[in-house]
Amino acid sequence: MLRDAALVAGKDLRIELRSRVALNQVVPFAAAVVLLFGLALGPDRSVLAPAAAGLFWIAVLLSALLATQRSFAVESADGARDGLRLSGLDPAGIFLGKVGAVVAELLVLEVLLAFGVAVLYGAHLAGALVLLGSCLAASIGLGAVGIVYGAVASGLRVRETLLPLLILPVAAPVLLGATKAWDEALRGTPSHALGWLSLLAVFAVVYVAIGVVAFGPLLEDA
Amino acid sequence: MAPAAVRLREAVALAGHFPLLAGVSFEIDEGEVALVRGPNGAGKTSLLRLCCGLLALRSGEGTVLGHDLSKDRRGVRRHVGLLGHQSLLYEELTVEENLRFALRASGSPADRAPAAVLRLGLTGRLGSTPVGRLSAGQRRRTALAVLLARDPGLWLLDEPHAGLDQEGRELLDELVAEARARGRTVLMCSHEHDRAAALSDRVIWMVGGRIVKEPVGVA
Repeated sequence: MLRDAALVAGKDLRIELRSRVALNQVVPFAAAVVLLFGLALGPDRSVLAPAAAGLFWIAVLLSALLATQRSFAVESADGARDGLRLSGLDPAGIFLGKVGAVVAELLVLEVLLAFGVAVLYGAHLAGALVLLGSCLAASIGLGAVGIVYGAVASGLRVRETLLPLLILPVAAPVLLGATKAWDEALRGTPSHALGWLSLLAVFAVVYVAIGVVAFGPLLEDA
Repeated sequence: MAPAAVRLREAVALAGHFPLLAGVSFEIDEGEVALVRGPNGAGKTSLLRLCCGLLALRSGEGTVLGHDLSKDRRGVRRHVGLLGHQSLLYEELTVEENLRFALRASGSPADRAPAAVLRLGLTGRLGSTPVGRLSAGQRRRTALAVLLARDPGLWLLDEPHAGLDQEGRELLDELVAEARARGRTVLMCSHEHDRAAALSDRVIWMVGGRIVKEPVGVA
């Protein structure tokens, strides 16, 4: 399963490096979201800094939708999804591989966005362990939810519009937990974030487990 | 007597409530080359998709190379290869990357790739070209290279001559004959009747999702 996951993750990341969709579309989209929030709230850093965590994670959540859609778009051209099904790979391995690729993309995006938030909103990036831990757990949770619901929607004609409707409500705990954890870290009280970090970790474990079990049938039925 | 490579009994496959295959029964022996003929909509492509486990068996029984189509579709898929209407390749990956991925995914030896690339004329610049930039014929050759490199026990060929030039068609014929000589089973459907019939041991006729004995009114 892990060998299959590494193979699929490597394939997806290679495709992204070749096509540069994440670099040319997802990163600029996330930067635009952060910038527009800044414009909407005004130049007052006393307003922007306290809102930085929430705005950061909304930008990440919206970008995760694009990354998830892209993860399934590469399988839709020229019957590639049938090729993947015929490959004999373990469906759980395919799931973990696709989650791994999305998580890697999100982590790179989060690093870039964190610098953007620090510069634009004047947020002081303190509590590095909490910031990194919440990024990792939240990215795994978002990646797992995205790939599970991406598989549900992948065979439907309305998948582009349906996917956000499926993911956004389910991902609300991630948005809440990650925002609160970051908020505590940025305010200089990272020890208060442990409960929120636990929520993110539990969410990630639950959805990875659901995906490992359900991805095979979902891939067949899509 | 050779064991059956494909054995179907009253096999039914549906698209929603629409019957794609309405009770198909037949056997193909290992090492046999069978041609499926019939008019458009007869169920030829559906039959091939059922035999590779892409289409679910809704009722009836079926085995492919000893693997049950209902209970062990993953096992079926490991032992079959499909050359279909679509290339099943990743457009952003090069010919060599697609081959490498397919071989590693199926657990096939990676050292088969160079010979397949050479045989299909995909060497040099073509090998490092993303598949999305290739012509339809070159994509077809790449898909064929994947099939040749994997060399599964059952080759499923859906209109295999389509999109190939004369040289490519002759090469395909050679590859099918060589596969048969290696003991591989081939099930194909083609509208290039004479060409495909010359490669085949027998013809299976289909109309309306069923096997028919007499080719009455069949194109």
